[in-house]
Amino acid sequence: MDEIFGIPAPLLFGQLLLGLINGAFYALLSLGLAVIFGMLNVINFTHGAQFMLGAFVAWALLSFLGLGYWWALLLAPLIVGAFGVLLERTMISRLYKLDHLYGLLLTFGVGLIVEGLVRNEFGSSGLPYRIPAELQGSWDLGFMFMPIYRGWVVVVAIVACLATWLVIEKTKIGSYLRAATENPALVQAFGINVPLMMTLTYGAGVALAAFAGVLAAPIYSVNPQMGANLIIIVFAVVVIGGMGSILGSVVTGFGLGIIEGLTKVFWPEASATVIFVVMAIVLLTRPAGLFGRA
Amino acid sequence: MSEPLLQVKGLEAWYGESHVLHGVSIDIHEGEVVTLLGRNGAGKTSTLRAIMGLTGRRSGSIRYRGQETIGLRSDLVARAGIGYCPEERGIFASLDVTENLMLPPAIAEGGLSVAEIHTLFPNLKERARSPGTKLSGGEQQMLAIGRILRTGAKLLLLDEPSEGLAPVIVQQIGRTIRELKARGFTVLLVEQNFRFAQTVADRHYVMEHGRVVDMVRNEDLNASLERLHEYLGV
Repeated sequence: MDEIFGIPAPLLFGQLLLGLINGAFYALLSLGLAVIFGMLNVINFTHGAQFMLGAFVAWALLSFLGLGYWWALLLAPLIVGAFGVLLERTMISRLYKLDHLYGLLLTFGVGLIVEGLVRNEFGSSGLPYRIPAELQGSWDLGFMFMPIYRGWVVVVAIVACLATWLVIEKTKIGSYLRAATENPALVQAFGINVPLMMTLTYGAGVALAAFAGVLAAPIYSVNPQMGANLIIIVFAVVVIGGMGSILGSVVTGFGLGIIEGLTKVFWPEASATVIFVVMAIVLLTRPAGLFGRA
Repeated sequence: MSEPLLQVKGLEAWYGESHVLHGVSIDIHEGEVVTLLGRNGAGKTSTLRAIMGLTGRRSGSIRYRGQETIGLRSDLVARAGIGYCPEERGIFASLDVTENLMLPPAIAEGGLSVAEIHTLFPNLKERARSPGTKLSGGEQQMLAIGRILRTGAKLLLLDEPSEGLAPVIVQQIGRTIRELKARGFTVLLVEQNFRFAQTVADRHYVMEHGRVVDMVRNEDLNASLERLHEYLGV
């Protein structure tokens, strides 16, 4: 099997894997956005910057404290999540009574400021972050070589998405979250501290973005723009999947990653736009998104 | 007479600019079932919502077991021991029946067990895994009442539990309210249907234009029918 549909197999599988990796990041990021939007009704435009901060915190932990990848995977989400909690408490929570647009503008502005500060401090050329020793090398799958780290990213992303889904669909906390997404005032009138839930939900969504950022650090270069580049596509993913839909973001994230990868094989010129073409088609036929409730 | 369980004095409430309650005063003693009667827009639902802290700005006094709750956030009002069943029932579509039932956190000892709630409302047991909003109107009402019995709340605010239900279901809701009274719950009930209210309540407050205009004991209800007809326009 050297060729499939007239395409060399290694090229096809290589792009498919790349698509899957990108899809893993789309899924993780749009999942966090979906959770935050569902609960807070805020479209978190700081998400890309928080993803980037995750990667930078990983780099800083290694450079300044000598704490490696595994520590970063644990600590960076906590640190950036704490920043998220602070942001929600001091600024975002003041905007809940206003139109969605204000939350969007605020988080967009904060994202730009964070990216600007990081660029000012570290420059825009990017910092190197090595793949941890345990995950270096690649597997020979027979039809292609699979870099171990990339396989790891896909597996971890799937596990993280599944875990998030389980927490939301199958636990008590998740039932509070789903109920508060529908009718926060009533949930609060049952004795649940909804403002606290909103803060923690925002923190968790931000932590998920930072987690994705740590995963991305060894693959993409750690630079201030890494989130901004990704987040535009992620917003398209969220729109296609349906705002606030958990399942929608995961399925659409991976699906669009793969579509993008395949487009690179069959029609490379279109690969940068294919997601937006899909978005336009979906919006025309199902304005609430593939998995959204109209 | 002992201190009322719930004492509302001079309660005023607003939704934004709109002033909906103009000095509502009501007392409810432990173990009583009290209704708020009145036409649409008289302020009955707003009174319950204001007690729960779900309106906009409020002033006046709401004391529960002697504790002032007018300044409290709604979750703290609930935790003081008040269970709320809203007019639109508030069943969550994304939760199944069991999750809906288990949603309100226990706030005190002495709530009904799930088995006891299933005995009161056998339908809820049969439909435990159905999404909450797939239930019939009557079942949703049972679920909305059932879930606040679990929590240990002793004062129940029920907003028109009979609304839009078949007569046989209304009777079942009535039996349930009498059963709850027998178990020592105190109930503040909003009703439009005073025939139904008459079968469950000890006293009735009549509201008009955001004020309480009259109070009738249930035993005097038949003697006061003419007056009530005038208030309620039936």
